[in-house]
Amino acid sequence: MRLDTDPYLRRYAARVKGMSASEIRALFSVAARPEVVSFAGGMPATSALDMEAVERVVAGVIRDRGAEALQYGVGQGRGELRELLTEVMHHEGVPGHADDLVVTAGGQQALELVAKCFVDAGDVVLAEGPTYVGALGAFASHQADVHHVPMDSHGMQIDRLEDELARLARAGRRAKYLYTIPNHQNPAGVSMSVDRRHRLAALAEQHDLLILEDNPYGLLDFAGNTFPSILELVPDRVIYVGTVSKTFAPGVRIGWVLAPRPVRDKLILLREAGDLCPSSLTQMIVESWLSTQPWREQIKRFTEVYREKAEVMLGALHAEMPDGVHWTVPAGAFYVWLTLPHGMDTSDLLAKAISRRVAYVPGRGFYADGSGGAQARLCFSYPEVDRIHEGVVRLGELLHEELQLVRAVFGDHAPEIQRRTTGQATGLGG
Amino acid sequence: MTMMPATNPTSVAVLSGGISLEREVSLRSGGRVADALADRGHTVTRLDVDAELVKTLERGGFDLAFLALHGSAGEDGTIQSLLELIGLPYTGPDVLASSLAWNKPIAQGLYARAGLAVPARVTLSQQAFREMGATAAVDRVAEALGIPLVVKPATGGSSLGLAIVDDVGRLPQAIVGAFSYADAVLVEQFIAGTEVAVTVLDGEALPPVEIRPKEGAYDFAARYTAGATEFHAPARLDDAVTARCETAAVTAYGAIGARHLSRADLIVDPAGMPWLLELDTCPGMTVTSLVPLAAKAAGIAFGELCQRLVDLALRDGGGGGSSHRDDRRVGE
Repeated sequence: MRLDTDPYLRRYAARVKGMSASEIRALFSVAARPEVVSFAGGMPATSALDMEAVERVVAGVIRDRGAEALQYGVGQGRGELRELLTEVMHHEGVPGHADDLVVTAGGQQALELVAKCFVDAGDVVLAEGPTYVGALGAFASHQADVHHVPMDSHGMQIDRLEDELARLARAGRRAKYLYTIPNHQNPAGVSMSVDRRHRLAALAEQHDLLILEDNPYGLLDFAGNTFPSILELVPDRVIYVGTVSKTFAPGVRIGWVLAPRPVRDKLILLREAGDLCPSSLTQMIVESWLSTQPWREQIKRFTEVYREKAEVMLGALHAEMPDGVHWTVPAGAFYVWLTLPHGMDTSDLLAKAISRRVAYVPGRGFYADGSGGAQARLCFSYPEVDRIHEGVVRLGELLHEELQLVRAVFGDHAPEIQRRTTGQATGLGG
Repeated sequence: MTMMPATNPTSVAVLSGGISLEREVSLRSGGRVADALADRGHTVTRLDVDAELVKTLERGGFDLAFLALHGSAGEDGTIQSLLELIGLPYTGPDVLASSLAWNKPIAQGLYARAGLAVPARVTLSQQAFREMGATAAVDRVAEALGIPLVVKPATGGSSLGLAIVDDVGRLPQAIVGAFSYADAVLVEQFIAGTEVAVTVLDGEALPPVEIRPKEGAYDFAARYTAGATEFHAPARLDDAVTARCETAAVTAYGAIGARHLSRADLIVDPAGMPWLLELDTCPGMTVTSLVPLAAKAAGIAFGELCQRLVDLALRDGGGGGSSHRDDRRVGE
């Protein structure tokens, strides 16, 4: 008798065929235990919100406009909210009009809608390497062929992008679009230099390239700096994604996508086909938050919290990491990207790390092509400051021992370890 | 789902989760067992492992503990020792049998002594590399065992940390990888053949289950993605080979002094010889797991299987396993 553990197998669409259980996902189930200092999840510090203010806002929405808040809405999202979201963009110097926006369930839904709108099976999508794991998930669910463009401490390497575009052209292929997170990138923790933004814009014109600009972290610069968006440089070639997840709260699931009008129209129809409309309740909560509360002050408070946590993590890394380990130095947001010496594999090592009660995300998750084995993402936004220090100490002990073990097992073939001269690597590996 | 009233409704603590690396699988097993027992009318309480566990078990008024804790602490004898101290009956092999099976190098020695075919193997500890220069002998491993080689942690399950090495140059990386899961690694001769799992329920073999991953090896993804592996139960083996597999599984169960339930993982080579790889004393109970599939092939529904284990735990009572009652009597 043949036993089927999944009797639906023959019915599945091609797009779910590659979806499988993973060891890493299973290990994260342990990482969520309170004993473990988790640098894994990219979670905002929602405890830094003024909860009394949030309570007043939420109660006010129900008290004053409850029937409306609990009703269906329109697919594009509420006009009042879209107006306020353009103010958030303007606060960062990004241009935009309310009518060009579609409200989405966080930035993630925007990424998924854009993939659904443009990607047929096998189509090329360009993305930084490494890139946001959720974007890779959205691309994979539409069977995109993701080609990575390497990064260094100044963001995406535009020369390498140019090479890739030429390679594609020679092969008679075209990228449907390029996905980038120019500010405080997830997972690399670096930003694209201003010079490179201009070069990217010029390249987009030259090669008729469409750019998907994802900007969740632009307002979380530790020094309060902002950078020019790709959108303002080449407005007709950019689809721009924003979110309130990092400036207010991810639990309300409110993001937005700004797109050229024909694309915007398609995105609205796709959104309506998927889930009709955004939640009226959480849209009105965000509206009220943005129109009655000092949200710019709140962003400053968040940034201050993250700046302190980043300092603690970077200080601890400097003190605790063995020679041969490199990391990026973030100037904003949530992430440090760690590179281990040759011979060490962060996927293999995760089990040992979790046994020592510290967790991270192995680098392979941020690549579609299996690279990233020596890299890991450390997220410092969520754990408390003293836990961050403790977690880095645990990781440091582990890596010291692991290096010894690698040397012992590899013997004469052990990789050379270069002494650390600065805290910052130039290339981000992969 | 039909609700079947239990003949003797009992209060069952289903233990799953824990901080082992197999937490996720354990939670899936525990959830499925808890639902099945609740459907049969038992009072079911799901417990995760935390600092209050012993107190909770002592004060919970439970009749027994159903163990769905995979990985260390659940399978190495730790939780079994605590339950015996508390005097609470539990499902599965006792302290000694659990700890013997958990240590694969020791268990394989016992299986070999009992006359079973086990792959030629070498155990290498981290200490051997750190303090004794074991790396100088690594080349000999390939010479002695041939290529390909199987590298796996000396303890643990779910294929975590397992690698098949067909290029000796990749052996060091595989060893380092397996060390992430245990302090010692087992490097084994690779036996080519058909993968078969034989469940032993209260000393009797259930029909062997044949495992055919659709792509590559029977690794973590192939184990836990529904549909990724094709199973045949009973296995498509001739009667003599089936009987040999069943005998091997029952012999291994006896060799470590198991009780209630175990699952033997075997490879049947082209000559029809079953090679025993390992014995799992707290096997998975998820929808893709082998024990429930074997039970199904024997005409035992999942709920009935869980009920049998409850009955066996109650039969053997708290404070020691059936196979070691004699030892206990000496001590009294």
